[in-house]
Amino acid sequence: MEKRVTVINEHGLHARPAGILVKAVGTFKSTIELQTDKKTVNARSLMSVMALGLTHGAEVTLIAKGEDEALALETLSALFAAKFE
Amino acid sequence: MNASKVFTGSVVSFGLVAAKALVVKSLELKISKESIAPSQVSTEVARLESAISSSVLELQEVRSHANAKMGAESAAIFEAHLLMLNDPELFEKTKEVIATQLVNTEFAFHQVSEEFIALFSSMDDEYMRERALDVRDISRRVLRHLLGVQEANLAHLPEEVILVAYDLTPSQTAVMDKNKVVGMVTEVGGKTSHTAIMANSLGIAALVGVNKITAEIQSGDQLAINGETGELYLHPDPEQLSDLMKRKDAYLQKRKILESLKGVPSTTPDGQQVHLLANIASDEELKFVLASDAEGIGLFRTEFLYMNRTSLPSEEEQFLVYRKVLQEMQGRPVTIRTIDIGGDKEIDYLNLPKELNPFLGVRAIRLCFKRPELFKTQLRALLRASVYGHLKIMFPMISSLEELLAAKAVVDEVKNALQSEGIPFAPNLPLGIMIEVPSAAIISDVLAQHVDFFSIGTNDLIQYTLAVDRLNQELQSLYSPFNLACLRLIELTIKNGKQHGIEVGMCGSVAGSEEMIPLLLGMGLDEFSMSARQILPARKVVTSTTKAFALEIAAKVLSMHSGQEIENYLRANSSLKMS
Repeated sequence: MEKRVTVINEHGLHARPAGILVKAVGTFKSTIELQTDKKTVNARSLMSVMALGLTHGAEVTLIAKGEDEALALETLSALFAAKFE
Repeated sequence: MNASKVFTGSVVSFGLVAAKALVVKSLELKISKESIAPSQVSTEVARLESAISSSVLELQEVRSHANAKMGAESAAIFEAHLLMLNDPELFEKTKEVIATQLVNTEFAFHQVSEEFIALFSSMDDEYMRERALDVRDISRRVLRHLLGVQEANLAHLPEEVILVAYDLTPSQTAVMDKNKVVGMVTEVGGKTSHTAIMANSLGIAALVGVNKITAEIQSGDQLAINGETGELYLHPDPEQLSDLMKRKDAYLQKRKILESLKGVPSTTPDGQQVHLLANIASDEELKFVLASDAEGIGLFRTEFLYMNRTSLPSEEEQFLVYRKVLQEMQGRPVTIRTIDIGGDKEIDYLNLPKELNPFLGVRAIRLCFKRPELFKTQLRALLRASVYGHLKIMFPMISSLEELLAAKAVVDEVKNALQSEGIPFAPNLPLGIMIEVPSAAIISDVLAQHVDFFSIGTNDLIQYTLAVDRLNQELQSLYSPFNLACLRLIELTIKNGKQHGIEVGMCGSVAGSEEMIPLLLGMGLDEFSMSARQILPARKVVTSTTKAFALEIAAKVLSMHSGQEIENYLRANSSLKMS
């Protein structure tokens, strides 16, 4: 399953929001990845997520595969929408 | 029994103590590439797992300490570090390198983390580029565990220790457990290094310029510091220890005499009153100030509020600290110096450009003009706090009248803003300047017409007058407060200040020096600001030196030509008086 999301945090996906994302990903069993037009990374890896350098307004695709994929996508996209607060 | 050995250094803070050594190494992590057999892969991976989990445990402790001491915001950085340590990519990639290239864990982990560091370093976003430092930090932590190199956690110490280091950084001394560190010895550093300043403020014994200690002393070795002779004993023998105890008894005896001077005015036998104040670098030192019987605070160095953190302190945060200091001093004067960042005090998050010559660069008030928001935030916090006590604001590094007028204009601007917001501040708040640049001393007659007080900062005044880097150990003998040029500038500043009816104080190391006090009294200095522990000894000098004699000393010293001659004369005078 896939879902397209936008980074609306003013300073992009910095350490704090990226950390919240990675922690949330850790609560699911599915394989979860983040995909940009340049590359695809493991969403459990804080450094890989941060290294995507997602700035304000960047679009990214969440890809989840596994038993809880639907719930994962819903939860994670909600986090993007809520600015990880 | 280990053979005892004696090292010598310069005493920068007095003390007679014995405790175990804690060697603080500036870590040089040597990563060598070693080939392994396929059968060793699992052992190497297990080493990686164990190093990561030890690092996690260590970081969790750092985080909870930071949380308790500095608040959740400061602890957030360690939260990010923990997530990086647990990063599956870091682990998997390292495992892969070990298994495919058949190399040792150190080499593999170093290679993988350097790839991440390079990745972050190459990013466009400045914030992201800085994250390379975080990766390097966690990488070093793991490598330390792999190599079995111990890094001292100075914030949590189980027993009393004497720190042994090549040098101690301001951040190390700021986070160290101040109740457990009884002494500090370093290979480098001078009389005005941070180690010296911090040790003095905290009343911790400290020796600097002690050669080869980091190579010859191991953590856990028994040490003793003799702050009277400048000796450091490694594995002291019973004789050395009993001598130390005897000296300590004699010292305590003398201390008792000093205690009797508490509450006594700082007045010469012939009725000249001066004021003895304390220098502080953080509100944590207030208890020492209150115990010392200081008549106020002559210098509160605010830059420490900006250090050991990842972002600027907010106006509210600063206000609370300033208010606390003013309230605890209960109406006694408190001179707060606006930030003196730059020079040897760097603050990473300000991203200041590297300078070839930082002591002559964008430092102190110069930085405040480049970053007006930073300056205004501090002034707002200070003005808001001003109604809670007797505040005096002081600007550092003023070198021209234009700078002084510009700083005063910013104060007026902030006052107007507060007034329109209906926020109260003390009327007639005294504004003063540090006289620490020779140009300021030379035009002190002009500057005196625009301020309420001067405070002579001798540490920088000496270094700038003599063109001697005060941190350069090779030049310690040239860095002399007895130099006639320095003394003439001090005398000129006091004279000009008096002529224009303003108070003249001094807040450099010279102000607390027992041999210098009679001379400064003779020159007419009103306020002497020093480490809290120097207050009572200074009062003893003041109450036993007549103004008439002090005038004689000043006249005599200013007629001498050689610094050595001046030093010998003042030393001889001082020991005569003290015996």
